[in-house]
Amino acid sequence: MDLSFFVNQALTGLASASSLFLVASGLTLIFGVSRIVNFAHGSMFMLGAYAAATVYGPIVSALGPAIGPWLAMLAAAVAVGLIGVVVEVLLLRRLYHAPHMLQILATFGIVLIVQDAVVLIWGYDQIVGPRIPGLRGAVTIFGQRFPQYELFMLFIGPVVFAGLWLLLHRTRWGTLVRAATRDREMADILGVDQAKLFTTVFFLGAALAGLAGGLQWPREPANIYLDTRVILEAFVVTVIGGLGSIGGALLASIIIGLLQAFGILLFPKSTLVLVFAVMAVVLMVRPWGLLGRPEPQAVSDLAETKTAPPAHRYAAHAFAVALAILLVLPLFAPDYVVKLATQAIIFALVAFSLNFIVATGGILSFGHAAFFGLGAYAAAIAVKSHGASTGLALLAAPVLAGLVALGVGWFIVRRTGIYLAMLTLAFAQILWSVAFQWVEFTGGDNGIVGVYMPGWASQTGAYYYLTLAFCGIAVALIWRIMFAPFGYTLRAGRDSALRCDAIGIDVRRHQVLAFALAGSAAGVAGGFFTFLKGGVDPSLLSMDISADALIMSLLGGVQTVVGPLVGGAAFTFLKAYIMPVTDQWRLVLGIVIIVLVLAFPRGIVGFINARSGWFGGAKSEAPVASTGEKLA
Amino acid sequence: MSVLLEVNGLAKSFGGVQAVRDVSFSLGRSEMLAIIGPNGAGKSTCFNMVGGQIRPDRGTIVLDGQDIAGKAPRDIWRRGVGRTFQISATFMSMTVCENVQMALMSHHWRTRALLPLASRLYAEEAAAILDRIGLADRRSHMCGVLAYGDLKRVELAVAIAHRPKLLLMDEPTAGMSPSEREALMQLTADIVRQEEMAVLFTEHDMDVVFAHSARIVVMNRGAVVTVGTPAEVRENAEVKHIYLGGTLEAAH
Repeated sequence: MDLSFFVNQALTGLASASSLFLVASGLTLIFGVSRIVNFAHGSMFMLGAYAAATVYGPIVSALGPAIGPWLAMLAAAVAVGLIGVVVEVLLLRRLYHAPHMLQILATFGIVLIVQDAVVLIWGYDQIVGPRIPGLRGAVTIFGQRFPQYELFMLFIGPVVFAGLWLLLHRTRWGTLVRAATRDREMADILGVDQAKLFTTVFFLGAALAGLAGGLQWPREPANIYLDTRVILEAFVVTVIGGLGSIGGALLASIIIGLLQAFGILLFPKSTLVLVFAVMAVVLMVRPWGLLGRPEPQAVSDLAETKTAPPAHRYAAHAFAVALAILLVLPLFAPDYVVKLATQAIIFALVAFSLNFIVATGGILSFGHAAFFGLGAYAAAIAVKSHGASTGLALLAAPVLAGLVALGVGWFIVRRTGIYLAMLTLAFAQILWSVAFQWVEFTGGDNGIVGVYMPGWASQTGAYYYLTLAFCGIAVALIWRIMFAPFGYTLRAGRDSALRCDAIGIDVRRHQVLAFALAGSAAGVAGGFFTFLKGGVDPSLLSMDISADALIMSLLGGVQTVVGPLVGGAAFTFLKAYIMPVTDQWRLVLGIVIIVLVLAFPRGIVGFINARSGWFGGAKSEAPVASTGEKLA
Repeated sequence: MSVLLEVNGLAKSFGGVQAVRDVSFSLGRSEMLAIIGPNGAGKSTCFNMVGGQIRPDRGTIVLDGQDIAGKAPRDIWRRGVGRTFQISATFMSMTVCENVQMALMSHHWRTRALLPLASRLYAEEAAAILDRIGLADRRSHMCGVLAYGDLKRVELAVAIAHRPKLLLMDEPTAGMSPSEREALMQLTADIVRQEEMAVLFTEHDMDVVFAHSARIVVMNRGAVVTVGTPAEVRENAEVKHIYLGGTLEAAH
């Protein structure tokens, strides 16, 4: 590698770092004051690119090529900032005191809505950006040609950083933002008008993302995949830099930008793995990122789980009826419905196992798809590459998923709250990119196909019963464990880690085991899914599956035992019947999520239970308030 | 009276602030020893170092012949030290009885059991403890709905569940009415006598301290001013100065 090439590569990396910083600084500002992890921030970036594409032509023809392009970018930024205000005022403002899980899901709902809205407005085709007048050429640096626009991008990051620094340190507004970031309650007590502050911060944050999107447009066509890519990178940057720290975001942007520029030379196929690996290492060494501040002790995030088993006779009846329907379903239902029911059972187990660690264990996982997908791939690879019997393949699924979950669990329980959730997401994304990029082993994008059950078990009805039996056993086991000492201990750890430590309980060790158990159960589900669909592909490991699993829990009722089962089944059938009649499944789902979060946070079973008390337990509505654990 | 706990040369600083410097005292079996002092004297820091919540910079804490300084709280608990917290730390989603059962399950190394029903494990033992604490009628209440005074009792029940040799109580009566205070401390004194348990406690209420402690450690600015019986402490000139002088200074 000669010097000129090295310099060129470094400059390219730094130009990308600039763009990354613009997005990440907005994300970190928003997190700092509102404590909301805003998944929709990537969507704001994407909207910025599309908004620029829309206004560019008219503005440039009206104002000429000298200032037109820049005004177009600014207009896009302002437009996106206003969209951010709408999102804050209509949705997020209502959720500042809600659990992290509801906040994350609500912003994920926005992601889904924006994705379909973009398709509706601008279509599926990408829109190629212009070459900006005045910056069309290239400069020669160490004998290598370097585009002028890239050079311009390189300076934008530091300029915005300087502007933000002045804004935060030299204005009254900035002082308020810093005060709220440092100590929200204190700022509240001192009479800061939170509503106004949050709205303006959302405006600025979204506008920065919009500006980044607009500026990115000449470098990369506006397309419908921008949001996911950008949000993941921005998360990584803010987490490495320290949530809430602008300086940290700058530092981490540079690290990630350079890492991508040079990583692609060293490991052409695995830059994503490299990026997430760096994040994991940083969090091991510095739990709150490079320049972040320790979060106050993360108190139990979720309201109490109902502990009593279905006690009321109606509940027992409902249960018996449900079981009876499940047992006779294949006798009268058409094949299509039976297959769908098989899938519903599988996802019920996924949601149930996830809710076990989230609600009982207090571990918010945003990467449960990792273990579902691992199980699925383990089964497929066992059969295809190693000629294993189906029985062995179905055994390999939970074993592999459980073992990996044990290792991942050991790693993540050293962190709490939102950092933990980000780590689970990171691990799932690493696996996803491995599945994508390690083509020889996983089949890459195409996945592995032609994995079916042999003989009698290939019949739809027979496979349904097989799935029902094994997934049912897994559910029953976890259910029992929830009421066993182990389940109680997990809840104890969730309620008060301080007290646990003072009665001899090692909370983390129990959490690791719970994580492995849940991973292994998701692996069972994955194994059965492989043979149901006849193969696997990387989408099984995607963020969408992880989000779906959380949505299923939410739909059924996070705080109930049966909720995730009901939610998993209901979600599967809803999706299957809604998707064919509309192209806008994501839009529908996004709206459903937001309605659930705002109006029915207790879900189906929680809603019925609050009305009737059928499913046992105290009818107490109040979530366990933050106990404010302190050592006096 | 043989010595149960021997604290020697304990020190801790936070940043540049010496919260505790060179603190030594000892505690006999079945003795009730109070640590008092004005705000910022280092009582809580000392206390949390004995409980393991804070790791000391220097010094030894010898319990029954073994140095427990710097050990994790859960190890210290296993060696027979129970504690209550100033702001009660209970399992809010569980009943009073289940809170005590948790401590018993942990004591019997059963927290990883996957199949038995937890609500039935050690239920009678837990009920007996609650009976004794006077919480029998609250046993099925969720901790989340209990009154403050009752929560303090739950703390006590959980802390004595594994029959510790030493009970640490951090501001046990803070926020209680005078009658509740007296009742709780009388209860504690009874338990201490019957179980031959020693108690180390911090307390702001001087009536409680002088009525219930055998000896008192007075701290100020991170150091021990004096150790003695209530009568000796009452007569100590330096103590008077700290408390009265402090009050006078504060009034200016």
